[in-house]
Amino acid sequence: MRQVAIYGKGGIGKSTTTQNLNAGLGEMGKKIMIVGCDPKADSTRLILGGLAQETVLDTLREEGEDIDLDQVLREGFFSIRCVESGGPEPGVGCAGRGIITSIGLLERLGAYTEDLDYVFYDVLGDVVCGGFAMPIREGKAQEIYIVCSGEMMALYAANNISKGIRKYANTGGVRLGGLICNSRNVDGEAELVSSVAKELGTQMIYFVPRDNMVQRAEIHKQTVIQFDPESSQAAEYRNLARKIDANDMFVVPKPLSQERLESLLMEHGIL
Amino acid sequence: MDVKTRILSRYKAKVFKGRKDHILEVDGSGGQQIAANTRAIPGIMTNRGCCYAGCKGVVLGPLKDTVVLTHGPIGCGFYSWGTRRNKARAGEGGENYVQYCFSTDMQEPDIVFGGDKKLRRAIEEACAIFRPRRIMICSTCPVGLIGDDIHAVAAWAEREFGITCVAFSCEGYKGVSQSAGHHIANNGLMKRVIGTDDGEVGGRYRVNLLGEYNIGGDGWETERILRKVGYTVVSVFTGDGALADIARSHKADLNLVQCHRSINYVAGMMKDAFGTDWLKVNFIGLGATAATLRSIAEYFGGDELRERTEEVIEEEMAAVSGDVAYYRGRLEGRRAALFVGGSRSHHYQDLLGDFGVSTVLAGYEFAHRDDYEGRRVIPDIREDADSKNIESLVVERDLRYRAFLTPERARELRERIGLGDYGGLIRDMPDGSYVVDDLNHYETEAFIELLKPDIFFSGIKDKYVIQKAGVLARQLHSYDYSGPYAGFRGSLVFGRDLTMGLYAPAWGLVSPPWAGGGAAPAGGAEAPGEGGSDA
Repeated sequence: MRQVAIYGKGGIGKSTTTQNLNAGLGEMGKKIMIVGCDPKADSTRLILGGLAQETVLDTLREEGEDIDLDQVLREGFFSIRCVESGGPEPGVGCAGRGIITSIGLLERLGAYTEDLDYVFYDVLGDVVCGGFAMPIREGKAQEIYIVCSGEMMALYAANNISKGIRKYANTGGVRLGGLICNSRNVDGEAELVSSVAKELGTQMIYFVPRDNMVQRAEIHKQTVIQFDPESSQAAEYRNLARKIDANDMFVVPKPLSQERLESLLMEHGIL
Repeated sequence: MDVKTRILSRYKAKVFKGRKDHILEVDGSGGQQIAANTRAIPGIMTNRGCCYAGCKGVVLGPLKDTVVLTHGPIGCGFYSWGTRRNKARAGEGGENYVQYCFSTDMQEPDIVFGGDKKLRRAIEEACAIFRPRRIMICSTCPVGLIGDDIHAVAAWAEREFGITCVAFSCEGYKGVSQSAGHHIANNGLMKRVIGTDDGEVGGRYRVNLLGEYNIGGDGWETERILRKVGYTVVSVFTGDGALADIARSHKADLNLVQCHRSINYVAGMMKDAFGTDWLKVNFIGLGATAATLRSIAEYFGGDELRERTEEVIEEEMAAVSGDVAYYRGRLEGRRAALFVGGSRSHHYQDLLGDFGVSTVLAGYEFAHRDDYEGRRVIPDIREDADSKNIESLVVERDLRYRAFLTPERARELRERIGLGDYGGLIRDMPDGSYVVDDLNHYETEAFIELLKPDIFFSGIKDKYVIQKAGVLARQLHSYDYSGPYAGFRGSLVFGRDLTMGLYAPAWGLVSPPWAGGGAAPAGGAEAPGEGGSDA
């Protein structure tokens, strides 16, 4: 079982990319579980065809500790198993603690079955506190992909997340598998992301081009592979899935200094 | 090697540097400086408590007409329930919440989704069952971490139930000790309670008793004496105290400050806002109580009050002098060490002196430099990040401000009876004795070995360590199961307890593990501890 966590700046397309990628892996016959680690609970919407899911934390709150796995786990497209941690409404409570509680509960409920090929954690935004680092602590996710683009703030975030990975690489054994560029059509984007990846000691594992097809599929609550299997964007996600499945480059990232990151951006004509 | 050097010599360089200024041998020079109110060193077994303990446990907990509601997981509420031994009798209408423990009992979902909803439900429940007129909400650590808006909930409760509800952000991790919690509680009382009731207060010679928490009934003995002389006690902060009285406390003419550390903020702010003078008092010890009564009489002036004061002192002394002489005969020449909170280590030296017991060591858990060196050093105390993190309230002069004394008389009394001043612990200690701030377990054992005190006054956290070394330990936070120790009658209880303890044959039979050769002590059967240790 490969446990994979997807991080990246807020709004960069983590959930969209993760679900489209998972559709590609599912099509390859892989057995997958997605654990949404965002209080908005929208990490599995495309696989399930809507937000009908009871979250783990809502169930915990309403039912107490006496809950069964089938209350919170549902199967969607390609029999991909979907779980949403859920969490508090904005501005109250502790979403980070929620993720820790939720993952602990999933383990005790036996969600991590032997037959799974992949568990994907789709994690909110940046690693703002210990809770959001939970998927990469204590030997859970072993590999991480950071979704980014050629935009400055996306690369800042990627560098910052790398610092979190380096911290837990020593204790939990987690490694960075690469950057996934979710293109925003920025000038020289592929080169810039590749060179940042290289400096981090990793790779740009795939460049996902920008295509309105993704939006159309999302409006229909579907992944691209389900919505239009013949489209060129569906082929891109299949390629991404193959790349990830075949990836064998796992590193402890070497985060860049602020100066170095800025000079790279400068070289590639952004600043 | 002198005692201080020997104790410090066991420390590594960094700890040595951190501890050396917290220990001094009194030399009578008058200008000795001590380090205090700084962070405890990681790894050291400190006896300190937390900010919540200072706010809820010490200052607010004793209020009898108030539901003090702990917002947090159940442990904080449970372990601060009844352990301080602050006693209270039901007042008019039968209100007395002191024996209850109110807590929101936060669980994991409350942490994740926010605890404010459960806090509201707890207030609704308390109002439905008890119909209290006053609720004080005290925060614990997780509440601060997740950011529950307890102040908004308090405002809601006031609107919804027409009660007084004040929230205190006294999360345990704030500050370096429980001292931060005292300050936060003082600020809340000043902002929201003091001066909110302008109803008539009768009686002559009106005083408030500040920093008297009625541990083991101390406050009752103190009030008995004050009333006997003819004083009107308007309010007590906060032992057997009521918020209803504290709301009228600005009507008093003089504030009597017993525990300087925990309540001096209120004394200072009431002076600024209402013009109320304050006098540092000590009702622990026969001589100290008599001297305090004379100072108060001096403040109000008049031959009638002076004569009445002398009459009361004479009568009270006559009633106890025979027993005092008996106990003195059995205690004279003994040596004591004192390590308590922020004032008792000073107060009890007077009482011990009455019985001929000398003090070889005194220290505070959470005092500031002014408690050791006197208030004159306050302008020189360097603020650090920890102290700046606690709100320092500046109050405006209130329209009801009134000066009881003429400025000339106030100046005169400052000289003669120390009005509005506190000289601190060090100047009253004999040369060659030791003053230690934030004493820890290693130093406790080392000082016992080097100074060989007959009695060690401390708290629950080190009581049994001390007794296993064959030395009598009495808890001065909670008085074990005894008290009162204050005033004339309390002195006798103290003398009796000390005599019983010292003459118990147990100490000669203790064979500590390090003594070698002796029988192994009975395994594992330690007495469970009662008694808090936070003032």
